[in-house]
Amino acid sequence: MSEPLQYLSVAGDPVREIPLSVKDLLLLYGNMVAGRTYDRKCIALQLQGRLATYAPFEGQEAAQIGSVFPLTADDWVVASYRDAAAMWATGYPWANLILSRTGDERGGCPPDGVRVLPPSITVGGHMIHAVGLGWAEKIKGSKSVAMTFFGDGATSEGDFHEAMNFAGVYGTPTVFVCQNNEWAISMPRDRQTASDTIAQKADAYGMPGIQVDGNDVVAVAIAAAEAVGRARDGQGSTLLELLTYRIKPHTTTDDPGRYRDEEASHQWRRRDPLSRLSAYLASIGEWDEEWAESVAAGAGADIERAVAEAEALEPLTTEEIFTAMFAEPTSQLLEQQQLAGTDNG
Amino acid sequence: MAELNITQAINGALGSALESDPTVIVLGEDVGTTGGVFRVTDGLGERFGPDRVVDTPVAESGIIGAAFGMAIGGLKPVAEIQFMGFSYPAFDQITNHVSRIRNRSRHRFTAPMVIRIPYGAGIGAAEHHSESAEAIYAHTPGLKVIVPASPYDAKGLLLEAIADPDPVIFLEPIRLYRSIRQEVPDGPYTVPFGVAEIRRSGNDVTLIAYGAMVKDTLEASEKLAAEGIEAEVLDLRSLVPLDADTIIESVEHTGRAVVIQEAPRTAGFAAEIVSQIQERALYSLAAPIQRVTGWDTVVPLRRAEHHFVPDATRIVAAAIKTMES
Repeated sequence: MSEPLQYLSVAGDPVREIPLSVKDLLLLYGNMVAGRTYDRKCIALQLQGRLATYAPFEGQEAAQIGSVFPLTADDWVVASYRDAAAMWATGYPWANLILSRTGDERGGCPPDGVRVLPPSITVGGHMIHAVGLGWAEKIKGSKSVAMTFFGDGATSEGDFHEAMNFAGVYGTPTVFVCQNNEWAISMPRDRQTASDTIAQKADAYGMPGIQVDGNDVVAVAIAAAEAVGRARDGQGSTLLELLTYRIKPHTTTDDPGRYRDEEASHQWRRRDPLSRLSAYLASIGEWDEEWAESVAAGAGADIERAVAEAEALEPLTTEEIFTAMFAEPTSQLLEQQQLAGTDNG
Repeated sequence: MAELNITQAINGALGSALESDPTVIVLGEDVGTTGGVFRVTDGLGERFGPDRVVDTPVAESGIIGAAFGMAIGGLKPVAEIQFMGFSYPAFDQITNHVSRIRNRSRHRFTAPMVIRIPYGAGIGAAEHHSESAEAIYAHTPGLKVIVPASPYDAKGLLLEAIADPDPVIFLEPIRLYRSIRQEVPDGPYTVPFGVAEIRRSGNDVTLIAYGAMVKDTLEASEKLAAEGIEAEVLDLRSLVPLDADTIIESVEHTGRAVVIQEAPRTAGFAAEIVSQIQERALYSLAAPIQRVTGWDTVVPLRRAEHHFVPDATRIVAAAIKTMES
C-alpha cells in the first residue's frame, strides 16, 4: 500500500503542487471554521441540557468539508450522525441539524430540493441507500452522484459489504467516504478489522480504494474530486479512506478515559486541519487575521440564529405525532390519534 | 379476460406497471433470466430488459436497501424476496429505514416501493421457506401489509400497491399460487386497500381469514352449510390498513366469530382482530371468539407439515364450538 495521499504536511508545507485556487482554499477554511463553531456550540448546548446526546466531530472538519467540495446541489449526500459539517456544506441548514439534536423529527425535513438525507442513527445501514440513489440517477440518465459517509466501525457491518458489492456489480455513481477516526466507541481500528487498511477492502468489490490524509483538506478535496469525477463519467464507485482521529468522546455520554490513553488525542491535535491550512495560507502570504476573525464571527452569528430558530419551535403536538406515518393516515391511526387526545388514551 | 392463476395475475400486474410507468423497476434474486423461483416474473426480463427487471446478487438487505435509495430518488422499485424466511436479513432495512423515512423527514423524503414476498407453508419446502410473518410487519409502524387470496385481487392489489405513495409489504400465498384460477381483466385495474371482501354471506357465524387460509375457510363454510350452519366468510385482503368496520358489522350480525391464520398462535394477527371485536362488539357476541392458527412451533418440515397448517376440518370444528353456546 502506498503512502496516504497528502498535499500539505502536518506543518502546512506543500509536499506537492497545490492545485486549488486561493479562493477555494479560503472557502474550505471558512467552511471548516463553521463546522468547528457548530460542533463546539452543540457541546455547550448539550451541557446546558438544551440538546440530547451529541456526537462531536472536532478534528474531522477537513474530512467532511473536503469530501463534499466537488459536489453540486444535484448530488446526494447520505451521512451518519457525526457528519453535520458535510451535511451543512451541501445545503442542510444548521437549524435543522440543531432541531434534530434537540430531539425533534422536523429537523429531518430540510428545505425542498436539498438532496441530503436526515442522518442514519443505526451504524452501517445507510451506505446501500447511496447505492440505490446513485443507481436511480444512472437509470434516469442524469449525471448526479451519491456520496455516503461512515466510520471505520461501520465497515464491520454486513451492509457495508452488500453496499460495496452492489456498487461494484452495477457500477453505480457512488462515492464511499470512510472517516477512519480510529475509534468506534471503545473499539480501536486495529481490533475492528484484520485488514491492513480499510481502503484495500475496495479491491474485493472491483473498485479503487484510496487512502488519504484526512486532516489535509486539500488532499481530501482532490481525492474526492477524482472519485466524484469518475462516478459522473460512468466509471463507477470509489472508496476513500480518510485517516483522521476522534479526539473527542464518542458522544457527550461517553468517557474515553475508560478505554484509551488520551495522549494520542493530544498528538492528533497537533495535526489539526484548520491550523495546517492557515499555516500554508500564511506561508504564501494569503493569511489575513482580520478576515479569519470575521469568518469565525459570521459562523458564530449564523449558528446563534439557527439555535434561536430551532428553539422557537413548539414541540410536536399529540395530534402531530400521527401525521407523518403515511401520506394519508389509516383509519387505525385516526382512531388512535383521537384516543391519544383524550384522558382515556 | 383470461382465466389466470395467481402467478399469472401478478405477472400481468408487473407487466402492465413496467409498460405504463418507466420509473417502475423490478429487482430481486433470479427475477430476470429465469423469471423467479416461482416463475412469477416469467418473460418480463425478456420483454423489458435487464435494466428494468434486474437480477441481483444474493443479498436481501442489499436488495431492499438499494430499492429504498431508488424509491427516494424517484423510481418505483418492486423488490422480490424469494421466501418469507429470507426477508429477515432485510428486516433492518425494512423496519429501520423503509418504514420510517417519511416520519424521520416529516414527509420530505418518501419510499414508495413494494416488497413482494411469497409466504406460507403447504408445498413441503425446506426450512425458512414456509414462514407466515405478517404480524411482524403489521406490527411495524409505517408499513402497509397486503395479502391477496385470489387472482383478481392479486393483480388489482399489486397495481394499487405500485401506485401507493408509501411502502407496501405484499404477501403472496405460495400454496394458492397455482391452485385457484379466475377470470382476470387483461388491462390494468386496482383494488383499494383497507376494504375486506365478503366472500360468502351467512347469518350464523363470521369466519375471518386472509391470504392462504381463505381457500380452506371457504371450503369449511361449504361443509358447515351441509350441516345447516350458514357462515359469513370475510377475506381481509389488507391487514394494514384494516377494514375493522366490515368485521364489526358482520360479527354484530352473526354474533359469533372464528379468526383464522396460518401463523403461530401467540401474538398473531388473529389476536389483534379478536381484540378489536371485543372492544367494539363484545355485547353482540353469543359465544367466545375462537382462533384457528398454526402452532407456536417452527413450521415442521415436509413429512409433518400437515400437523401445523390449519385446514377446513379445524375451521369447521371451531365454528361448531361457537354454535354450542
